[in-house]
Amino acid sequence: MNYGPLVFLAAFFALASSWCGFVLTPQLQIGRLQQTNTVGGAASRYPVARPGLAQQGMEVYRANGCAYCHSQQVGQTGTLLEIALTEAGTNQAATIAALRKLAESAPDQPARLTLLVPLPPGLSNAASATILEGLPRTFLRSSTREAANAAVKTLNATSAKAQLCIVPVGPDLARGWGKRRSVAEDYLFDLTVMPGSQRVGPDLADLGSRQPDANWHLRHLYAPRLEVKGSTMPPYRFLFEKREIKFRPSPEALALPDELAPGAGYEIVPKPAANALVAYLTALHADAPLFDAPRTLPPSAGTPASTNAPVVSGASATNAVPTNAPAK
Amino acid sequence: MSEISSPSPPSAANPGGLVCSPAPPAEIDASCRPPLVVLFLCAAVWLVIGSAFALIASIKFHAPEFLADSAWLTYGRVRPAGANCMLYGFCMPAGLGVALWLLARLGRTRLVLPGLVTVGAVCWNLGVAAGVGGILAGGSTGFENLEMPSYAARLAFLGYLMIVVWGALTFHQRRERQLFVSQWFLFAALFWFPWTYSTADLLLLTFRVRGMAQAVIAWWYADNLLVVWLGLVGLATVFYFVPKLTGRELHSRYLALLTFWMLILFGSWGGIPASAPVPAWMPVSSAVATGLGVIGIVAVALNVQGTLGGQCSKLLTHPSLRFIGFGVVAFIVGGVISAAGALSEVSHVTQFTWFTVARGLLNSYGFFAMVMFGAIYYIVPQLFGIEFPSAKLVRVHFWTAAAGILLLVVPLAAGGVVQGLKLRQPEIPFTDIAKGTLPFLRASTTGDLLIALGHLMFLANLAGLAVRFYRARAISAWAAATAEIKPAEARP
Repeated sequence: MNYGPLVFLAAFFALASSWCGFVLTPQLQIGRLQQTNTVGGAASRYPVARPGLAQQGMEVYRANGCAYCHSQQVGQTGTLLEIALTEAGTNQAATIAALRKLAESAPDQPARLTLLVPLPPGLSNAASATILEGLPRTFLRSSTREAANAAVKTLNATSAKAQLCIVPVGPDLARGWGKRRSVAEDYLFDLTVMPGSQRVGPDLADLGSRQPDANWHLRHLYAPRLEVKGSTMPPYRFLFEKREIKFRPSPEALALPDELAPGAGYEIVPKPAANALVAYLTALHADAPLFDAPRTLPPSAGTPASTNAPVVSGASATNAVPTNAPAK
Repeated sequence: MSEISSPSPPSAANPGGLVCSPAPPAEIDASCRPPLVVLFLCAAVWLVIGSAFALIASIKFHAPEFLADSAWLTYGRVRPAGANCMLYGFCMPAGLGVALWLLARLGRTRLVLPGLVTVGAVCWNLGVAAGVGGILAGGSTGFENLEMPSYAARLAFLGYLMIVVWGALTFHQRRERQLFVSQWFLFAALFWFPWTYSTADLLLLTFRVRGMAQAVIAWWYADNLLVVWLGLVGLATVFYFVPKLTGRELHSRYLALLTFWMLILFGSWGGIPASAPVPAWMPVSSAVATGLGVIGIVAVALNVQGTLGGQCSKLLTHPSLRFIGFGVVAFIVGGVISAAGALSEVSHVTQFTWFTVARGLLNSYGFFAMVMFGAIYYIVPQLFGIEFPSAKLVRVHFWTAAAGILLLVVPLAAGGVVQGLKLRQPEIPFTDIAKGTLPFLRASTTGDLLIALGHLMFLANLAGLAVRFYRARAISAWAAATAEIKPAEARP
């Protein structure tokens, strides 16, 4: 035990083992990931490289250390299996009866199927019709995959169209920070991967989906408490410049309330770095359903007529669909 | 004092002799003096700079508008700049200095080529200066604990290599063949960092790997630096100084070797957070390794307690021992907390919170920096052969540092637990959670303030000692140079 070479060998093998474990193997396993197909519905390639301005924005994000306060990874604690009806079919009474029967099928066991919509006994035909209006709607929640599949079969037999939905759940997702857990594929095309380690501020993994408005982001960067009451974020006024209005106001100028307005004859205009950063923030999406993080898109996703949400242009479209994909 | 200026290795002094006599301690200290003075003084300066950055970052939680108009001083730049000053500015060079001194003293041989070691120390500090400037200018790499831009980090790395090559040669030329446990730890640490750093630089900054593999390698690097490297050097110092300053034998050499094995085997497998979006085997094996690491921590506790003969009050007898004793306690507490954090029930609460920050500070500051303070307070007077200008300041430094760490770590840990529990309840709005952590963060500012005060005392004492020593030498050199030439010395 008194030889230097022995110490060297001991340390060498210890470090070599951890090097193989946490450098070599991760590179072989996740460093070589390729684009995959998304699952469910219209399959597309995922992930897609971000547009150029957003990639510049990532450099602004890195340089200013945004990752010290914002994580970019959401977790989930489990998945729910829900059964939605997409079409009521012709025999509505049978559908209602089947739903009721499914929920009551095993009273002695812990409920494997729970009814999410109250179906009081002795519903009139008109009442049943109202319940089955406004489809698609989620009716049942299942605790096992088998029970859910059987329920879908039973409901389809009543001429209705039922669909099994996989809904990831967890505190992060309940906050609206994402729609499924983050997986290694999400970071594939990030030049610098910054998953973050702290949540001094909210998680940003799916920020572009919940706040696609670029002007909101610009105002929030300039004066955080203007947009979020009680925010603890420091302002990033150095990403903006105060400019004299020459002939006419710039279309890019921030719309600010009087107490923050720069004074008559002046305007606050974002510098290129601010625009790039906002392009990056609005391009943050991690919602594509993947094989290892499945979720079912809401049944209404393909039918614009049934939704009253405005179509999100720009950011989500560029991220979700490659430009050279065939039009659907 | 003439041997200071002659950096010739000891073998040159005994050209033909295979049997070399051990060098006397005074000579060893004299050979160590130039590089160690550079390492320790610069480290003290970095401490002061780093705590100034930490204070700025902390004040931003009192007033988000504080220094908000300066891009250079935005939170996301000041915080990593402060952390890098602490880690690369203080912890590593102080650790290297102590390691060189221990290797020379334990091997009973003079430091090999102290001149080149000094050049390496200067090179390291230039690299750190460029790196901290680069972070403030927005050049951070984006990887936590590896933020310094690659040009700066490579310069510092060159300095590290220049230091450790001569450190390894000093180890090789030891006159005392029997190895003390500290030498195991130090020798392993010397080459641990070159391997981990070169891997991180090559795969993260030069030839980038893709996707989450980057994050895994960054976590691996940070863990190997913060847990293994700091652990190896810090424990080597503990195992040397606790027996030496209490005048007792190290309780058990085998327990110390068990610690060594546990640290290099399991410590190097930690670091992947439980939440990481990577295949599950990585966080799981990391958690298992961190949990098993508790064996090494228990071995440290038993060993130190056995060395003290059960009388822990002995740690208060010597000013250096107080620092080291505090470090040992922090190491044990921090290690137990880390092991507990490996349980998924705990990690699901503490992830993404200030608790993880508190745990990191307990390791890098409560344990490592405190042990280094103790060692430096012992070593530097030996190097110069004179005592510190103010022994009282050393005592005051201990109490400010100890109180500062407690005031920093306890509020952050408590605030982190509250934050983590609230994050699990989605019905609590996020802004309320963020605001709920503010009282804790504001309390921790007092800790930052006390720590900064302690750093000023440390720097003042160290600089005062160096000034006193070099002024005395300058005066005598001046007197010798300007002395009247005696007729006998004059040429005929």
